[in-house]
Amino acid sequence: MADSDVALGAARPSGRNIAGLLPGLLPGGLVIGLLAALIAVSAIGLLLAAPGTDGRRIWTDPYIWSILRFTVVQATLSALISIVLAIPVARALARRPSFAGRSLLIRLLGVPMVLPTIVGVLGMVILLGRNGWLNQGWGWLGLPGRFDFYGLSGILMAHVFFNMPFAARLMLAGWATIPSEQWRLASQLGMSGPQIFRLIEWPMIREVAPGIAGLIFLLCFTSFAVVLTLGGGPPNATLEVAIYQALRFDFDLQRGLALSVLQVAVCACVMAMLMLWARPIAPEATLQTADARPDSQHPSARVIDVGWLLIGAVIVLAPLAALASRFVTGPVVTVITDGDVWAAAGRSLGVGLAAGSLSLISGWGLLSTARWLDVRRQRRKLAGLLETAASLSLVVPPMVLGAGMFLVLRTVADPFSLGLVIVVIVNAVMGLPFVVRILNPPMTQAARRYDRLIQGLGMRPLDRFRLVDWPLLRRPIALALGLTVALSFGDFGVIALFGTAETETLPMLLYQRLSAYRMDEAAVVAGLLILLCLFVFTVIDKGVGGRATR
Amino acid sequence: MPRDNAATAVALDRVSFRYEAMEMRFDVAIAAGEFVVVLGPSGAGKSTLLNLIAGFDRPTAGRMALMGEDVGDKVPADRPVTTLFQEGNLFPHLTVAENVALGLHPGLRLTPDQWRHVTMALDRMGLAGLSERWPRHLSGGERQRVALARSLVRNRPILLLDEPFAALDPGRRREMTDLVRTLAKDRGLTVVMVSHQLEEVRDLPVRALFIHDGHIIADGPMAGLLSAPASDEVRAYLGR
Repeated sequence: MADSDVALGAARPSGRNIAGLLPGLLPGGLVIGLLAALIAVSAIGLLLAAPGTDGRRIWTDPYIWSILRFTVVQATLSALISIVLAIPVARALARRPSFAGRSLLIRLLGVPMVLPTIVGVLGMVILLGRNGWLNQGWGWLGLPGRFDFYGLSGILMAHVFFNMPFAARLMLAGWATIPSEQWRLASQLGMSGPQIFRLIEWPMIREVAPGIAGLIFLLCFTSFAVVLTLGGGPPNATLEVAIYQALRFDFDLQRGLALSVLQVAVCACVMAMLMLWARPIAPEATLQTADARPDSQHPSARVIDVGWLLIGAVIVLAPLAALASRFVTGPVVTVITDGDVWAAAGRSLGVGLAAGSLSLISGWGLLSTARWLDVRRQRRKLAGLLETAASLSLVVPPMVLGAGMFLVLRTVADPFSLGLVIVVIVNAVMGLPFVVRILNPPMTQAARRYDRLIQGLGMRPLDRFRLVDWPLLRRPIALALGLTVALSFGDFGVIALFGTAETETLPMLLYQRLSAYRMDEAAVVAGLLILLCLFVFTVIDKGVGGRATR
Repeated sequence: MPRDNAATAVALDRVSFRYEAMEMRFDVAIAAGEFVVVLGPSGAGKSTLLNLIAGFDRPTAGRMALMGEDVGDKVPADRPVTTLFQEGNLFPHLTVAENVALGLHPGLRLTPDQWRHVTMALDRMGLAGLSERWPRHLSGGERQRVALARSLVRNRPILLLDEPFAALDPGRRREMTDLVRTLAKDRGLTVVMVSHQLEEVRDLPVRALFIHDGHIIADGPMAGLLSAPASDEVRAYLGR
């Protein structure tokens, strides 16, 4: 949008009424200011806490380098394996536009993305751990040896479980962008399956896949719960886990600082590359694909597609089934009569509601100003920049933010007593991209359509919210709030840094049961966590969202 | 062309605006009660002219007076203007009556008297009995009449229409244009209407402005513009 810069100057009333600009700029400006202050505080915290840190330490500490190497290797492999598996799964879904259970399978592929990480990890452990289903079957067959799951292989499997389905859905959206004329053309020219792949599908994949792979790389690069639980020991840690270990166990502030700096630097580079090269992808897969493809009825195509759909379903279902079976046979009564469990659940709910509301309000503020810039001042580029600012948590990951605040608060108070406040703030920052992603399209659409009418009628901001924005946007608002509350409810990240017996959340309690190998109890807690998550999400989604708009 | 200030409803004095790479400049005076049709190729700046008058776009230079008063600093709602857009005039989640009522109070806090006023305006537009309907249950023509009812209750002397009937069938279009003309005559409104459909306006005994590349290059009675095009651009537009 090189042209927008030109148009900008035009719409600006030559410095005439700065006061008139204030209401438009204020909400977004405030949010940006708060985010900047948060980063500044974290940075100052890290720098002050480790005075005299020798900058050369980053370059000379072999431990730091081994951590960085491991982080990069596992993230690269995770992204590659996820993408390579996601392509045939998405292709099978695209090639079979109507079979029983298709939409169910697509929905199933959305589950790992919203499943609390620590719950997914538990499912993997029950399935593949030392006494897991796999090793039991192994022994039952009388085979020697055991499959050792902890370490790189376990991390990769868990990352594939979480990211392959997500990648498959995004890839499927890529397939939907192929114009239907191309399929008709392919039919007319009599193209075979491989020819279609090479001439029609591969060019699309080449466009879409790098962006998805980059995103998965970033998510795995900052992976915490998976690596902490399945890493199996000190050499196998991501920077995120190493920061946690440096601060919580070794109390080596210098190392924490060095790791944080590295973490932010790499994330910023990957983000910049993504923004420069990656094409934006439609977030939702369309459920129906256009015309029938000429290659879909070939017997080998059927076999291949059914095979890949089964593989995709098994990857998602196996850990969930393992979890469910352990939940059903687990000590349900013991767990649900345990006061500690409910106290933890209450804390999680409080944290979730606070973080979700904070995310929603900040997201709304950012988007109000972005909308104002876009629709009233024609500064589309600046508006886009504001929306991008919401993805801050991808560059400055939770553990770095948490560590910074921890170190600042240490100088004025007991950081552990304020642990939950920090968790709320960090989770709110993490929820912000989801809020923006969900609210931005309908908000922009409504503004483009009605803003002039609203201006012409002279609606005040509060009337506008009551009469226009709320009725038109309450469903996406409810979805954004429900999702961010649920994500925060199930999050196991910064809480690990601050958690004490008094501030324990439900995911943290689950982690403790898990690391104590009390799998049956852990499975019941996990089941409870999922049920509560679903309950909270549904109550918010239906309660706030109301019935369908007229 | 009337130049008398008291009777001038719209006066644009070297009003400039830049849209992307296009420099626009408008100089025009429209008398109170006049009916003006704005013609021109797409992208020439027809809608921009209306947006400048309504205050949705702010000029980079020049002066503008509406009903004899300088409106340089006035926000759209404070100008003596009401606009009918091609679509999106009605909020889908408000009833017909509520959509009209927004013209009397943008926060929908109306006195019983004002609500009666809304009903009367709807009756006047031939929409009696539809006041509790949702916009999606109305035809395209009925929706535009609801929007017209709102512009009536707003009671502003200048009515701007931005291709208001382009989405309707040709027969309806003519009917609506006639309705607007009758209303304008009865109430002494000044009307500026952008049209893309030459067919719907060619027979009207009105003043026509022809815009090309951000400038008004022809200005005069519609009949004259059509019978003796003043320039190559107008001829090209008319397909001659």
